[in-house]
Amino acid sequence: MTAAAPSVGVPVPPRPGRMLRFVRTLRYYVPALVVFVSVIAVWEVATRALDVRAFILPPPSAIGTALVENWGAGRWPLFDAARTTLLEAVGGLLIGTLAGVVVAFAVGRWMNARDAVLPFAVAANAIPIIAIAPIFNAWFGITNPVSKMMVAALLVFFPVMINVTRGLTQVEPSALELMRSYAASEWTILRKVRIPNALPYFLTALKVATTLSLIGAIVGEYFGGSTSVIGRVVVQSASSLRFDVTWAAILLGAIAGIVFYLAIVALERVLIPWHASVRGEEHG
Amino acid sequence: MTDSAPRASVVRIRGVDKQFTAGAGAVTALSGIDLGIEAGEFVSLIGPSGCGKSTLLRLIGDLTPPTSGSVEVNGKPAHQARLGREYGMVFQAPVLFEWRTVEDNVKLPLELLGMDRSERDARAREMLSLVELGDFARHHPYQLSGGMQQRVAIARALALQPDILLMDEPFGALDEMTRERMNSEVLRIWRQTGTTVVFVTHSIPEAVFLSTRVVVMSARPGRITRVVDVPLPQPRNEETREDPRYFRVVTEVREALRAGGGLGEEAPLASEERVAAEGGIG
Repeated sequence: MTAAAPSVGVPVPPRPGRMLRFVRTLRYYVPALVVFVSVIAVWEVATRALDVRAFILPPPSAIGTALVENWGAGRWPLFDAARTTLLEAVGGLLIGTLAGVVVAFAVGRWMNARDAVLPFAVAANAIPIIAIAPIFNAWFGITNPVSKMMVAALLVFFPVMINVTRGLTQVEPSALELMRSYAASEWTILRKVRIPNALPYFLTALKVATTLSLIGAIVGEYFGGSTSVIGRVVVQSASSLRFDVTWAAILLGAIAGIVFYLAIVALERVLIPWHASVRGEEHG
Repeated sequence: MTDSAPRASVVRIRGVDKQFTAGAGAVTALSGIDLGIEAGEFVSLIGPSGCGKSTLLRLIGDLTPPTSGSVEVNGKPAHQARLGREYGMVFQAPVLFEWRTVEDNVKLPLELLGMDRSERDARAREMLSLVELGDFARHHPYQLSGGMQQRVAIARALALQPDILLMDEPFGALDEMTRERMNSEVLRIWRQTGTTVVFVTHSIPEAVFLSTRVVVMSARPGRITRVVDVPLPQPRNEETREDPRYFRVVTEVREALRAGGGLGEEAPLASEERVAAEGGIG
């Protein structure tokens, strides 16, 4: 890549200087930051000025105070709750992803498996998750976190299965012809073409799945079990009219979801730096 | 397999018919094809869409079986030649894997052959410098222009040093200027490697400029109507394109195409191209 490089290729832009990059990054985040701060400010001022009742909408400062005061032990142990819920979500994500990937490989490999499994997968996806949660509580034990994980896993399974199947099977026909021209075995084609091709699909599914797994875990919690979980804190603080705590719990749940999502984005950058979805993310 | 012939026959096609089942009935893509290609030849297959030229190329590459007749490559059935990895294939699209760098794309067939790492590195370097992309080894395909990507595909096809290079409208998607440059490039590579080339195109100037022989085909059913020798001197260059003899052969091929009903009428039957390969594992 020196001066000899012909100009026909897409030019790789020179890496901007550190200072310039910092300024660019800042400029990228400034609009979102301005909106965020404005909304918080308006919210605070409006709730106070209009004397909005706390059970309708507490001011952000009250939510912040509730978050700090209930962080540790006490009636609403928020940190413990968030940690347990996140663990349930992660557990559910792992179980659901594993199942989804295994079924996707089977479905991709054998058309018979597709015909046998797909109707059930679609049916499973159609189950209203709220209806199944009490049953899972009965099956896996209401105090056992596994019952919540299974609700999350059920939600995660479908998008992972469908996306990975798509990634394994939707390979360019000419890529398969190329591999056949080299007399490559199905196993080789799987390793060298189908799996790399499926990676971006898989990661897209994981991004959706992180949010779904948290929803699944919290819905599972609504139907009973340990009290130190986000779902129970939301239900119980709301029935005690402590809406500041309810909001704090929701905030924590949202933060957990964002952290979870960002972890997958980081994974994406490591696993598929070549893919359009990743390489186009430079700000500027 | 005994070398009784003065020049080794690389491809021998005898009495080949090819039918595709399409919907209710069968479509005859190729009918009564006989063709021999000698070592070191550059043969173009030309004809209107639907004449089965791509199918004929795929028959040579054993990517689709003939309905009847026989296809021999290097004196053995095409199937064995494919298992022996005796040919390289270049498609209209470069078909590069975006997760691999340029050099790793070139190394793909070498990995499949089980060649060891140092040998692979050396061969990939050699092939990339052959197509004059040595400086782009570590780039990813998306960083290259269409013409450069197609050169990577050629480097990959040549990596196993095959006896035959099969090219299916490799420059069909390129603009005219790039296409002419790529034509000269392919001729240089052909001279340097001595590989036999079978080249599918629907550009008359391209076929004449590149080939030692042009095989003219007609559609419905696809058959060979004429084989035109191209007596232009080697090496060919930009002056060749202005040679009166060049124009004479271009005219000859054009008339052969017209006689076969190949010009002025678009054959709607192009489904054969997609029938060959289907998705789904196994």
